[in-house]
Amino acid sequence: MTTILDAAALADRLGAACPGAVAAVAPGELRLRREQLIDAVRFLRDDPEADLVFLSGLTAVDRETHFDVVMHLQSLDHNHLLTVKVEADHDDPVVPSLTALYRGAHLQEREVFDLMGIRFEGHPDLRRMFLWDGFPGYPLRKDFLGMPGQLKAGLPGFPHESGDNAWPVPGTGPRPGAAPAPGGAPIVPGGSP
Amino acid sequence: MTSGTPAGVTQGAAEGGFGPNEPVVVNLGPQHPSTHGVFRLKATLDGERVVDADMIIGYLHRSMEKLAEERTFTQNIPFTDRIDYLAAMSNNLAYCLAVEKLCGIEAPPRAQAIRILFAELQRLASHAMANGTFANDCGAWQTPLFHMFRERERILDMFEMTCGARLTTNYMRIGGVAFDLPPELLPALRSFLDDLPGKIEEYRDLLLGNEILLARSRDVGVIDAEGAVNASLAGPVLRATGVPWDLRKADPYCGYEAFDFDIPVGRNGDCYDRFLVRMEEVRQSVHILEQLIDNIPGGAWLAELPLHLRPPEGEAYARVESPRGELGFYVVSDGGPTPYRFHCRAPSLINLTALREMTIGGTLADAIVTLGSIDIVVGEIDR
Repeated sequence: MTTILDAAALADRLGAACPGAVAAVAPGELRLRREQLIDAVRFLRDDPEADLVFLSGLTAVDRETHFDVVMHLQSLDHNHLLTVKVEADHDDPVVPSLTALYRGAHLQEREVFDLMGIRFEGHPDLRRMFLWDGFPGYPLRKDFLGMPGQLKAGLPGFPHESGDNAWPVPGTGPRPGAAPAPGGAPIVPGGSP
Repeated sequence: MTSGTPAGVTQGAAEGGFGPNEPVVVNLGPQHPSTHGVFRLKATLDGERVVDADMIIGYLHRSMEKLAEERTFTQNIPFTDRIDYLAAMSNNLAYCLAVEKLCGIEAPPRAQAIRILFAELQRLASHAMANGTFANDCGAWQTPLFHMFRERERILDMFEMTCGARLTTNYMRIGGVAFDLPPELLPALRSFLDDLPGKIEEYRDLLLGNEILLARSRDVGVIDAEGAVNASLAGPVLRATGVPWDLRKADPYCGYEAFDFDIPVGRNGDCYDRFLVRMEEVRQSVHILEQLIDNIPGGAWLAELPLHLRPPEGEAYARVESPRGELGFYVVSDGGPTPYRFHCRAPSLINLTALREMTIGGTLADAIVTLGSIDIVVGEIDR
């Protein structure tokens, strides 16, 4: 059974090897500073106790204020998994490339560049992969299609729900995702009627 | 020689009175029978040797990850069928596991057994397709493919009698499966499991010692274990190099830990070993199904869930061993009815990382065999 790595203990050892590399620690998750990303990930890969030799996945999430580049690192011998995150600025998203450490990052970084517009410094062949050169914009960003800030992508609620979470009948109500009317019930995380 | 010529191209042949030996660029695809879909391999050739290979993909890009942000968690299940249309059940399962992890719910025991049943049947169907088309690429024109389609057809019939669809099944649900097993399924499965071992022996006799297949696939497209791990390869491509990494053993889901089966591994990491690993995995899947068929627990097949499912804020990464390797779904929720981010770790795409180094130095015909042995599904590459 794959275990989740004890991130706090790992962060202590990583902090000793690469001072200042760890920005935050959560259960099973390390948030690294991008200036020291390469050194820190090299430590995680080569350290015999961490032994995170397999880059399981690499992707990115648009948090609107910044981008999170999310990596899932796996040890095959110890069978544990660690989530590593690194932030990129929203205006000029640049993150060091991991291709020198894991060749498996090659196509995944190209995919993130293509769809999310994050540049990976040091990538040997960073170009569009699914879309063509000159395609305007990066589709997986939340502001793609020029939606203004309060018009969030996604649905405000389910059909047949009552209240302000209801799915508006086309042409009668506000656009999906419009700011809720004053006094209306907000969407409660995790709540369901 | 033009300035755009890649390094390593020999000039040669000029003394013989012919012109300088310019490299030739050959486009395999996007419409080509050997690329198994709309996939384009741009090979630069020096004579018959490949000196550079570049893949051009995206012909089947349907922006599923963006579309999924506009649909509810349940509405996204049919999308996962279309990601890897040859292993729709595995994709359904991986996505449902990710959402279940996010919500902290677990499917009832009967649903878990049914999920394993269909995931293994899907593996049989997908490996039948992979091995058949691989033999096709090696020159055994159509005959092995249609023999294996005979078995695949019976599996698809079982899918049809359960959920009404053969390819894009949309069968798994968050918290279980959509329908209970129909009464005619288990007898059909029984007779299929009785027939299949004989058929596998037939394939082994026909193909494994076949001199043409050996000559075309042995020591072709070789990658070593260290290189395969570093390139994040997964599934039969990784196991053919000798790394016994199978998520059904390493990170069991749906109760795989209760089943007895082996992880077949190869030795040389070449195309022939990948073929052998898939052949042996078929036998192991039959072994799992034999243990399962008489031990499916009763009870509910779908957990009770709110109709309006809003997973709590957070993220989840769930993985299954699909026929092509480690298939993962990374789902982020902001507490709303739709996923904030939906990402699929597609084994077909990531297994192509090593395609360039596997093909360079070999002949063009070897490149086609190598591509066939990786077993790509273009819908999963492009998504």
